Amino acid sequence: MEWFDNGWGISLATFLPIIGTIVLLFLPNTQERLLKATGTLFALAALVVGVVVAARFDYGASGEIQLGVDATWIPQIDARYIVGVDGISLPLFVLSLLVSFLCMIYLWWHVPEPGKPKALLALVLLLETGMTGSFVALDLILFFVFWELVLVPMYFMIGVWGGPRREYASVKFFLYTLFGSIFMLLGFLAIYFKTGAETFDMIALREAAPIGSTLFQNLAFLGLFLGFAIKVPMWPFHTWLPDAHTEAPTVGSVLLAAIMLKMGTYGFIRIALPILPDAAVAYAPIIGILAVIAIIYGALCCMAQSDLKRLIAFSSVGHMGFVMLGIATLTDEGINGAIFGMVAHGLITGMLFFLAGSVHERYHTRDIAALGGMLKQIPRFGSLLTYTAIASLGLPGLAGFWGEVLALLGSYQPGAGLDPVLFRILMVGGGIGTILTAAYFLWTLQRVNMGAVPEKFADGRGIFDVRPLEWYAWAPLLFLILAAGLYPKLILGVTDDAVNVLLGAFG
Amino acid sequence: MLELAQGLTQPNVDWHALSPELVLTATACIVLIVDLFLPDDAKWVAMPLSAAGLFGTAAAVVSLIGQGDRLTLAGSFEVNGFALLFKGLFCIIGLLVLAISFHYFRAGRYYQGEYYFLLLCSLLGGMTMASSRDLISIFISIELISIPAFVMTAFRKGDAKSNEAALKFFLFGVLSSAVMLYGMSLIYGATGTTFLTEINERLTRADALGEGIVTLSVFFIVVGFAFKISAVPFHFWAPDTYEGSPSPVAAFLSTASKIGGFVGLLVLMFVAFPSVADTWRPIFAVLAVLTMTVGNLIALRQQHIIRLLAYSGIAQSGYVLVALALIEPGATAQNAQAFQSALIYLAIYGIMDAGAFAAAVAFARRGGTYFIGDYSGLWQRSPVLATLLAGFLISLAGAPPVAGFWAKVFVFLATIEAQVYWLAVVMGVNAAIAAWYYLLVVKKMFLEPPEEDAGPIEVPSLIRVAMGVAALALVAVMVYPPIITELAEHSIL
Repeated sequence: MEWFDNGWGISLATFLPIIGTIVLLFLPNTQERLLKATGTLFALAALVVGVVVAARFDYGASGEIQLGVDATWIPQIDARYIVGVDGISLPLFVLSLLVSFLCMIYLWWHVPEPGKPKALLALVLLLETGMTGSFVALDLILFFVFWELVLVPMYFMIGVWGGPRREYASVKFFLYTLFGSIFMLLGFLAIYFKTGAETFDMIALREAAPIGSTLFQNLAFLGLFLGFAIKVPMWPFHTWLPDAHTEAPTVGSVLLAAIMLKMGTYGFIRIALPILPDAAVAYAPIIGILAVIAIIYGALCCMAQSDLKRLIAFSSVGHMGFVMLGIATLTDEGINGAIFGMVAHGLITGMLFFLAGSVHERYHTRDIAALGGMLKQIPRFGSLLTYTAIASLGLPGLAGFWGEVLALLGSYQPGAGLDPVLFRILMVGGGIGTILTAAYFLWTLQRVNMGAVPEKFADGRGIFDVRPLEWYAWAPLLFLILAAGLYPKLILGVTDDAVNVLLGAFG
Repeated sequence: MLELAQGLTQPNVDWHALSPELVLTATACIVLIVDLFLPDDAKWVAMPLSAAGLFGTAAAVVSLIGQGDRLTLAGSFEVNGFALLFKGLFCIIGLLVLAISFHYFRAGRYYQGEYYFLLLCSLLGGMTMASSRDLISIFISIELISIPAFVMTAFRKGDAKSNEAALKFFLFGVLSSAVMLYGMSLIYGATGTTFLTEINERLTRADALGEGIVTLSVFFIVVGFAFKISAVPFHFWAPDTYEGSPSPVAAFLSTASKIGGFVGLLVLMFVAFPSVADTWRPIFAVLAVLTMTVGNLIALRQQHIIRLLAYSGIAQSGYVLVALALIEPGATAQNAQAFQSALIYLAIYGIMDAGAFAAAVAFARRGGTYFIGDYSGLWQRSPVLATLLAGFLISLAGAPPVAGFWAKVFVFLATIEAQVYWLAVVMGVNAAIAAWYYLLVVKKMFLEPPEEDAGPIEVPSLIRVAMGVAALALVAVMVYPPIITELAEHSIL
C-alpha cells in the first residue's frame, strides 16, 4: 500500500471518474443500461478508493497534509503536481465522491429531457474529477485547473438538460464564474511573482506568509475574494445562483449545491486566509457584514418565492452566509463551524434538491401554491421533506444546527484584531436570520405538506411514494444528516487540528 | 576545360542534415510523375503516396534528433532543436491537411496529383525556412511556401470567388515579397553579407553603420512578413482568400503557411537583429495590439465559419507578436522565455486551428454550408463532430484548462516577467472578447434546437482520424504541458 499512501490513492480517486468519462464515450449510445452501469461503477470505485483514503488517514495528526504526493509537472513555471489531504479537505473530499455516486444512482431512474444519458453521465463524471481535484490540489495552478474543469461541464448540463430558461441561466453562470476566476488567477500570479521563491505550493506559501506589503496583500486578496465570493456565492454576487439552480436538472442542482459552492468557501479557508493573513484581518469585517446581509436577504427572498426549487436556491444563499460569517470571525469555533456548515449544507441541501426534483416529477409543477396535502397522499415522501427541511432550518440534533451555532458563537468573541462590537451586532443579525429561516421553512412545509390534496391531483395518477431506487440514493444522506447532528465530533474531530494550524498564521 | 573541372572540389555537404528536405522533394516529384500515368478514377492514389512521403520525412526528422547542431551548405543551413521542432510540426500539420483534403478533392474531381504536388512543395518551403540562416535562403523559402499556395487557392477555377481569392492573395503576396526583398537588399548594402550571424556581428560593432538605414531595412522586412502572417493592418487579403479558396487550402494557409512566416520572422529577429531590438520592439508592440484587437472585433460579426476562423486566426497571430514585443538586448533569460512562449503558442495553435478547419470541412460536406446559423443543434445531429469542434473552439478561446489556455498563459507570464504590464492587460481584454464569439458557436451547436429536416452528418473516416489525432494531442498537452514546453526549451536559437 506504499504507493497508495504516497499520494497515488488520492490521485486514483480523483482521476477514476474522468477515466470513466473516456470509457463512456466509446460505448454505444443505445445500450442505456450498460452506460448507466459503467458510470455508476466508476463513481463507486472512486468512492471506495476515497473511503480507503479516509481509513488510512491518521486522525491523530489531522493538522498535517497526509497521503500526499509532490511531483514535477510544469517546471518552466514552477507548477508542481501536489495533492494531499488534511483535516480541512478530507470531509469535503469524501463528500464530493459520495454525492457524485448518489447522483449516479439517481440517474438510473430518471434521465431528464432531452435524454442522451451517455453525455449526461459523462459530464457528471467529469464534474466529479474537477470537484474532487479542487479539494486535494495543493498547488495553485493545479487547483486552478481543477476549478476551471468544473465550469464547462456545468454549463452544458444546465444549458442542455435544464428548464425553460436554461440558455439564460447557463450563460449567466458561465460568465459570472469566468469573470471571477480571471481575477483569482491574477491573484495567484501576483502571489507567485511576489514571493521571490516563485512557487505555487500552497503549503510553502503558507509558511512564507505574510507576503509583501499590506497594500499588496489587500490587492491580491481582492482578486482571490472576487473569484471565491462569486463561487460561494456571497451577496451581492449571488444573482447567478437562483437562475442556475432553478434551471439546472436535478443532479445538476444537487452537485452545484452540495459540492460546487463549497469550492468557494474552501478556497477562502485553504488559500486566502493562510497565505494573506493580514489582508484577511482587514477584510474580515466586510466579509462578516456581507455574510449577515446574505443570511437575512436570503431568508426574506425565500419567503417571497413561489417555486420550490428557487426557494431552496435562495436558502443556500443564507446558509452559505453562515459559513462565511464563521470564516470571517477568524476563530477556532467559527472556522470549525464553517467547515461543519459546508458539509452539513452539502448533505441537507443536496437532499432538498433531490426532493424538489422528485416533486416536479410527480406533480409536474414546483409551484408551492399548487401543491398541498403531500403527507396525506404520499406520507413517506412528505415525511422525508419534513425531516430535511427541519434539518435545514437548524434544529438541534440534526446536522444543520452545529454550523450555525458555532458561527454565531465565534462572532461573540472574534479573533485578534477584529472589533468585538461589530461582530456581536453581526451575531444578533445572524440570530434573527435563523428565526426567519425557521419561519419560511415551516411556512413552506405547511403549504406543501399539510392541508387537503388539491383537486387537480386528487386522482393520484403518477403520484407515487418513495421508490426503492430513491431510497438507495437518499438513505446515505438521510443517515449522515442525523449522525452528524447527534455526534458532531464526527466532523469537528477531524477538522479541529487543521484549523489550529491554520490559525497559527494569525498569532 | 578538364583542368578547370579538376579545380572544382566537391563542397562538403552534410546529406543527413538535408535528408528531410530530400525525402520531401523526392516525394513531390514522384507524386507529379505517377499522376501522369494514373487513370482518372485512380488519381486519388496521389494522396496516400504523399502521406507516405510525409511519414518518411518525419522519420528523417526523428533520425536527426539528439545529434547536436549541424551546419552545412556553407553555413546557410542549420539543423538544431528549433529547426527540428518546426520540421516535425510541419509534418504533422501536413498530414492533417492531407487527411482533410482527400475527400474534398476526390469528390470535387479537381486536379488531385497537381494539388498534392503543390501542397508538398509549399511544405518543403516551410521545412527549409526552419533551417535557413541567410537572407537568400530565407527569401527562397518564403517564396517556396507562397507560390504553390497562390495556385492552390485558385483551384476552384469555375468559382469567381476562388479566382478573386487567388488574385488578391497573389497581388498582396508579390507586393510583400518586393517590400521584404527591398529591406533585405538594404541590410546587405549596409553590412556586406547575407549570413544572419555575420549581419549580427557587424551590427554589434561599435563603429557601426548609419542607424537610419538599419531601421529602415528592418522595417521593410517586418512589413513584408506582416503580410505573410496576416498581421493588422496588412491582413486584408486573408479573410477573402480563405473564404474563396478550397477550404482544405484555407486550413493550410491558416496553419502551415502562417507558421512558416513566423519561423522566418523569428529566425531573422533573433539571429540577425537581436542587437537592434530597441528599434523593432515598438513595431511589434503596435502590430500585436492592432492584430489582436482588430482581428477579434471583426470576428465578432462573422456569420461564415471560415471567415470567423480567418479573423480569429489573425487575432491569434497577435499573441505570438506579443512575444516579439518583449525582447530587450542583453536580457537573456527574459528573451529566452518570450521566445519559448512564441514557439509553444505556434505549436498549439497549429494543431487546434487545423482541428477546427477539419470540423468545418466535415460539416460543409453535407449541403455545402459554411454558415454558422446552420450549426444550430449540431449536437443533436452529430454529437461527436459537435463535441470535437466545441473542444477546438474552446481551446482557441483559451478557456482554462484546455491546451489553448496554456498557450496563452505562457505568453502572459513572459509579458509579466518582462514587466510590460500594459500588453498583458490588452491580452487579457482580447482573450475575453475572443471567448465570446467562439462560445457563441458552441452555444449554437449545443443549446439551440436543430432544424427539423436536418439529419446526422456523415464524417469521412480520414477527417475523423485527423480530428481525433488533433484532439488527442491537445488533451496530452492539456494534462502534461511539459510535452511542448520541454521541446521549446531545447529549441532556443
